[in-house]
Amino acid sequence: MAVLKPILYLVVYPGLLFLFVYSTFCEWFDRKVYARLQNRMGPTHTGRWGLLQPVADFFKLMSKEDVVPDKADKTLFTLLPIVGLAIVTTAGLLLPLWSVSETGFAQVSFSGDIIVLLYLLSLPTLIFFLAGWSSTNAFSEIGGTRVLTMLFGYEVPLFMAVLSPAILANSWRMAEIAQFYRAKPLLILPNLLGFVIALICVQAKLERTPFDIPHAETEIVGGTFTEYSGKKLAFFRLMTDIELVVSSGLIAVVFLGGFPGGVGLGLVFFIIKTLFVIFLLSLIRAMTSRIRVDQVVSFSWKYLAPLAVLQLLIVILIKGLLL
Amino acid sequence: MKFNIPIGPQHPALKEPISLRMTVEGEVIRDVDIRLGYNHRGLEKLAEERSWVQNIYLTERICGICSHSHTTCYVQGVEKLMEIEPPKRGNYIRYLVSELERIHSHLLWLGVAGHEAGFDSFFMYTWRDREVVMDLLEMISGNRVHYAINTIGGVRRDLDEGLVKKILDGIQVLRARSEYYFKIGANEPTFVGRLAGVGFLSKQQAIDLCAVGPTTRASGVAIDIRKDDPHAVYDEVPFDVCTADSCDVLGRTVVRIKELMESYKICEFLLKNLPAGDIAVKAPKKAKPNEVVSRYEAPRGENIHYIKSNGTEKPERLKVRAPTLANYPATVEMLKNGFIADIPLIFAAIDPCVCCAERTVEIVNARSGEEKVLRFSQLRALAAARYKNSPVQRNAVWPF
Repeated sequence: MAVLKPILYLVVYPGLLFLFVYSTFCEWFDRKVYARLQNRMGPTHTGRWGLLQPVADFFKLMSKEDVVPDKADKTLFTLLPIVGLAIVTTAGLLLPLWSVSETGFAQVSFSGDIIVLLYLLSLPTLIFFLAGWSSTNAFSEIGGTRVLTMLFGYEVPLFMAVLSPAILANSWRMAEIAQFYRAKPLLILPNLLGFVIALICVQAKLERTPFDIPHAETEIVGGTFTEYSGKKLAFFRLMTDIELVVSSGLIAVVFLGGFPGGVGLGLVFFIIKTLFVIFLLSLIRAMTSRIRVDQVVSFSWKYLAPLAVLQLLIVILIKGLLL
Repeated sequence: MKFNIPIGPQHPALKEPISLRMTVEGEVIRDVDIRLGYNHRGLEKLAEERSWVQNIYLTERICGICSHSHTTCYVQGVEKLMEIEPPKRGNYIRYLVSELERIHSHLLWLGVAGHEAGFDSFFMYTWRDREVVMDLLEMISGNRVHYAINTIGGVRRDLDEGLVKKILDGIQVLRARSEYYFKIGANEPTFVGRLAGVGFLSKQQAIDLCAVGPTTRASGVAIDIRKDDPHAVYDEVPFDVCTADSCDVLGRTVVRIKELMESYKICEFLLKNLPAGDIAVKAPKKAKPNEVVSRYEAPRGENIHYIKSNGTEKPERLKVRAPTLANYPATVEMLKNGFIADIPLIFAAIDPCVCCAERTVEIVNARSGEEKVLRFSQLRALAAARYKNSPVQRNAVWPF
């Protein structure tokens, strides 16, 4: 049992298999919401209500021809999707989902795991940059530099916004933070500003409209992914989907009180809360138009970063005066 | 570090093949080179071998979006050559279709602008509502794209009471929707942030570079053939020329939405004052030797057809100057010192119709810059020599 549990944890739940199934479901949900907001049907044909469409897309891409550019660095070009997928999947394991141990905490829970998760969520950006750069294509290189330029904009506000609830909860451990807010639900309210900032930053991190600048198809074709095809592209797409799940999970843990109630109920809470976050993200996606990369940076530093500092101040004041 | 990025001939932002070669420094465009000739169809030569009536259907196929503009421009000219005048009812129906076409073209453009700016919801909404006007056009003419309603001396189909009512109802729907788009186009912060200040073209530049249509009007120059050279019904219809003075893509968007409103007004006027009578007069088979220049305000700007007759039943020469061609020099100016991110927006803002503008092909040697005109047989010989022993090429490279 002692051996079986970690294996189950890694491979089945909440490891690879669960992340694959749930992330494809989330992609379907995102696409469906986005389509309905645009007065379209969205996926309808594959599976009931088109539920299997992302899975079908994944397997179809897997079977497609895999082209590597002659001038590209072949090792790097091939390794990047795999490493990227590994990184986001690892990040998924850190979410406090499977709370069955005696302490009531997730299997892999330790003090400081929120920092590790944020770090692991920063790495995909680097992967995207390297992917664009190693493709040796003008469009990919422009995409790659745009990825990095955007990183300078949203990363700092994201960290400040996500860490301020942790400061209020006086813990660097996600499960503890969630437990703190479950015990004192009213304290979620002061973090609303941070919630909005985190949503916007996560939208930027996931490169969705209005921040889909690195792969703006009307400007630079496929951007970072111009040269990627077949299995590698499938991996990248799966990676983005899992990143969506993990980051919405992180927001749900930090701002919405986590997933209480053991395996079964915890899963239900996880699904409800992440879908709520993804719904908000889809709403932003449908309501905005793509902005320019210089506008991202100036917007982040003019508005997001000062607001994130304000959020920190609020938290510190509350902590000093009320707690 | 300066480097070249090719936009086109195949690129997701372009619906038709054209090559824009950008020299960029980081994200900033330093130089632009436009290359045409990927979509030449030899329409003018074809026109010389068809009769006056057959050419209506040929000119209709110059463009898929402003098909009616080209036929109207052509038919206006031919009517002048043949010295006939369409009956008033015929004229009203002809220019009613013109305005409906302008509505559909501008709605289409709004969607394209939204898509190029990465605002896909706007794209989906405008194209959904464009269906309303497409349906109206289908009810009037029987076709959605190539209406084929023009004929020399009038139009081919009449309107009845029921249809008039349906069109008026449809216009009400469209007007409400357009007001909503005006609100979005002028208020949605990310959208306005993307459009404002992009693709600057000053009033003087617009005049100097002979830009036409909404591109010029957005730079504060009130030119509109319908007002400047009122022909057929346009001296009877009350309407305003819409201008903006922001000289950028936002201005071009605003001008187009305002023009939508004016078109609704014109359509309503035409329908409410539809005179009774015939819709067409009989046209002669031949035209006396003469030449004529016909001008028409297409949705994209001034469309010019030059027609020369030699007394037979075929034109001797038909020259088409589509509005897009007139806007290319201005586009180069607009693109310079812009961002890569703005290329699709600026280029789309002239509402380019590449294949409309492709008239003649000149062979330019890319290495030496030498220009020459070749016969088709010579071209074939060149191609055969070039590819005689060469293996199948995997990676295409630019010839320099």
